[in-house]
Amino acid sequence: MIKTDVLVIGAGAVGCAIARELTKYQLKVTVVDKNEDVGGEASKSNSAIIHTGYDAPPGTLESELVVAANPMFELLAKQLEIPYAKVGAILPAFTDEQFEQLPALKEKAFKNRVYDVEYLTGEQLLKMEPNLSPYVKAGLYIPREHIIDPFLLVVAYAENALQNGAEFLLNTKVTGIKMKGGRVTGAQTTAGDIEAAYIVNAAGLYCDEIAEMVGKNDYTVNPRKGQFYILDKNTGCKVNHIVLPIPTKVTKGKLMCPTIHGNMLVGPTAEDLQDKQDYSTTAEGLASVEADVRRLIPGVNLRDTITQYSGLRANRNPEGLHVDTYDDVKNYVNLSGVRSTGLTASISLGKYVAQTLIGIGMPVSFNPAFNPIRRGIPRFNEMSREEQDEMIRKNPLYGRVVCRCETITEGEIVEAIHRPIPACSVDAVKRRLRAGMGRCQGGFCGPKVIEILARELGIPTGQITKNQPGSYMISGKVRGGKEKANV
Amino acid sequence: MFEMNCDVAVIGGGPAGLAAAAAAKKQGAGKVLIIERDNALGGILQQCIHPGFGLTYFNEELTGPEYAGRFTEQAERLGVETLLNSMVLEILPDATVICSNAEYGITYVKAKSIVLSMGCRERTRGNIQIPGTRPAGVYTAGAAQRLINRQNEMVGRQVVILGSGDIGMIMARRMTLEGAKVVAVVEIMDYLAGLTRNRVQCLDDFGIPLMLSHTVTRIVGNQRVEGVYVAKVDENRKPIPETEQLYVCDTLLLSVGLIPENELSRDIKVEMCGITNGPVVNQNMQTSLPFLFACGNVVHVNDLVDNVSKESEIAGKEAARYAMGTMPESKGTVTCVLGNNVRYICPQKIDIDGDDSEISLYFRVNVPDENVRISLQSNGMELAKKKAVKVNPGEIEYMKVRASELTQGNLVINVSKEA
Amino acid sequence: MTEKVITCITCPIGCNITVRGDGKEISCMEGYQCKRGEEYARNEFVHPVRILTTTVRVEGADCPLVPVRSDKPIPRELLMQCMEKIKTVVVEAPVFRRDVIIPNVLGSDANIIATGSVKK
Repeated sequence: MIKTDVLVIGAGAVGCAIARELTKYQLKVTVVDKNEDVGGEASKSNSAIIHTGYDAPPGTLESELVVAANPMFELLAKQLEIPYAKVGAILPAFTDEQFEQLPALKEKAFKNRVYDVEYLTGEQLLKMEPNLSPYVKAGLYIPREHIIDPFLLVVAYAENALQNGAEFLLNTKVTGIKMKGGRVTGAQTTAGDIEAAYIVNAAGLYCDEIAEMVGKNDYTVNPRKGQFYILDKNTGCKVNHIVLPIPTKVTKGKLMCPTIHGNMLVGPTAEDLQDKQDYSTTAEGLASVEADVRRLIPGVNLRDTITQYSGLRANRNPEGLHVDTYDDVKNYVNLSGVRSTGLTASISLGKYVAQTLIGIGMPVSFNPAFNPIRRGIPRFNEMSREEQDEMIRKNPLYGRVVCRCETITEGEIVEAIHRPIPACSVDAVKRRLRAGMGRCQGGFCGPKVIEILARELGIPTGQITKNQPGSYMISGKVRGGKEKANV
Repeated sequence: MFEMNCDVAVIGGGPAGLAAAAAAKKQGAGKVLIIERDNALGGILQQCIHPGFGLTYFNEELTGPEYAGRFTEQAERLGVETLLNSMVLEILPDATVICSNAEYGITYVKAKSIVLSMGCRERTRGNIQIPGTRPAGVYTAGAAQRLINRQNEMVGRQVVILGSGDIGMIMARRMTLEGAKVVAVVEIMDYLAGLTRNRVQCLDDFGIPLMLSHTVTRIVGNQRVEGVYVAKVDENRKPIPETEQLYVCDTLLLSVGLIPENELSRDIKVEMCGITNGPVVNQNMQTSLPFLFACGNVVHVNDLVDNVSKESEIAGKEAARYAMGTMPESKGTVTCVLGNNVRYICPQKIDIDGDDSEISLYFRVNVPDENVRISLQSNGMELAKKKAVKVNPGEIEYMKVRASELTQGNLVINVSKEA
Repeated sequence: MTEKVITCITCPIGCNITVRGDGKEISCMEGYQCKRGEEYARNEFVHPVRILTTTVRVEGADCPLVPVRSDKPIPRELLMQCMEKIKTVVVEAPVFRRDVIIPNVLGSDANIIATGSVKK
């Protein structure tokens, strides 16, 4: 039976940020997640933007958290060694109606204490973004909307938390929460019971199902799907900034922006669903992305797409970001309504939840050994030729390029498989290293990654998965089929 | 850092690179070095274990490995050197090739001329935007072929194949022979993309249905493929929603096109042809950078490796001449212009350099046609003509012309119905 | 009495040749345009044969498989049986191109030979 001080349910951006924050105290922190890897759900399928909070509902907790988070990212990115770029965003108005909305948007930004939002003329915007529709009349410039590698953000939070003493139990689904005398005492999971003094519900898309276990599901969560295009790095029509449409009540709208690694990202849609497992892309959804983004960037060439994907936002009904504690369910913190700005708010939510736990009586003793620095895997494609040569001498596996599109070596893949939060699936390797994210989408490296995973994990290739159990890559051996063919 | 010198550096040791390297040696080049990322020579032919190679080059029907074997043995006999397990990272404007090797580290190969023969990659599900879930079990045909034929890994048991190109049909047979059930080969056009012979020996022989004018509209299955929806398409090749039907399967193989692999070429900014997606070359297979030559699928996707070998021999020979300083000077250029029903012509340019050799101009048509007249004209004068009973985009055609007959200006190939 | 439509593969025209016959006896043939086509259709009807290409398991090498072929065409109806035989064979490296892996497979007079070489 595992005993822990704080059990964090959910290893997405928020859960991992909370875990990292809590390791600053002398506490045992345990993070559980039903998935086979950290990364959560929405945290691994979003637009990778660090928001300013300029368009959050003013006066809300969400607004506070996002506005507070934004300036923290520069240091965080350095500490965790994750790619981060301060590209800035523009919000162009093309019609008179949109033009008339600009003052209200600026006003809203001010109410949210995002003061550095500027008006720009159409001409100025076109200079910044030559591919913008020439019908642009004017717009807003929001300089602190930035882009990040969302996968590495979560992996880095988790690795740093683990480095500082947290433990991560993956493939572990919470099935019940135990209470005694009005306070939580632990959780039942698919991997056994966990005794916990405090429990934090950071389960995102599934937070309502966790809340139900303590009778606090006075809200529901439905998935709001967002479909995206990723365009080839060589696409002709690019943008330099995040190009935003005028937001509506339902969604920030369909944007076009660079990704931190040089692709273009186009999307997302906003479709309310019921099935929390429906990650499919649809012809209609993708077509609507094209239609809307053409109004911003008429020359966008979606034929240069290398892949499309869906993310599921955790949409709370009723809306609103909540961090709740209860008198009748003590030692339990419930997060809900983390949607669209969760990636950004993760850093401040981590601190806010730690503070909340202290507020409800969690004993605190500072951990002087806490080290905020996490070192990433040395990246061959970021090194100079001299550094690459040096790296190969130290580790010859760095001399074998496996992913040709993104220039990723076997050395890095082997490292990823043996890191403290190991990559155990094809997608886990992909998220950490980008092997398989290039234009050939794993056509070249895929067969090799499968082989390397099997070798390094010491398991038959038939057991290598793309991600979750059941997503087997290989059905069996062609010859010498003595290994059990898998399910 | 490791440094090497050579006269001709050949990037890629597949059929194109092997033929080019041998030709360079035969022409008299001193040190010819093939830089190959795999652990053996032969390129894609290593996994093309089926027959159909060498019919015109050797007058024999060989399997891929046998065809590669002939050229590998020849290269060895001629003294071609190789650097295996080495990935080329960059080509510098001074003809230095930078590659990565586990043993030697970052290696600088200083060459006098370079032949690009990197081949091609496959079009992906993402490129053609098939909607649906993203489960395990969606493979391009070539990746599946590598897994099955070289790594001894079976990719699935119940298969739908999208694309009736040769790779797709060959994989249909391959999977069936290894015990899988191929449910159907689905083709969006109303005609077979590959050779009829493959339809007979890969599909008909095994009772595998060929569904022309159909396409895959959706993939289902959360973790692993559970099925695909297939619909009929209309005359604009758009799916007709009412015809959508679910085909249960655990694997979708994609044979939907090949794309020349020109990362290195684009990085060094050679002039590229927008239609072939390969470098613009002249009849010497020389690119816009005089020291840089190209051949094989990296220039344009070929259908017969025999033609690749012939084309590559030209590249190798000329790269050797360039390295040795014996390439004649250009006295003018002829630009090949696309006439009626011609999708692209390769080479795109012809250098008039006093050479009187016979030039083969390879081209593909845009749409299939029957009983056509193919005409080659230079600055308005018809130089050559021939008839063809059938032409289709899937099969490369060629016209021959003597260099001495050409004058500076334009050359047009027209394909039209016989009057 | 069987009737088969055979697509000739000897040239790009691909005539569809209808053959009517009984086992080895052909009663009539129509649709061919040349002698090669007629011969192809006759052989296809009476005794279709195919070159079989596949792989054989290798042990003692980095590479798990060696590509193989039948050195002569095999009766089409024996293909799957041949595959069953081939699946049982394991060879020790090194293997050289043209090595005979299975002589006279299923009494067909064709040998299964290696088409590639595998080093130890």
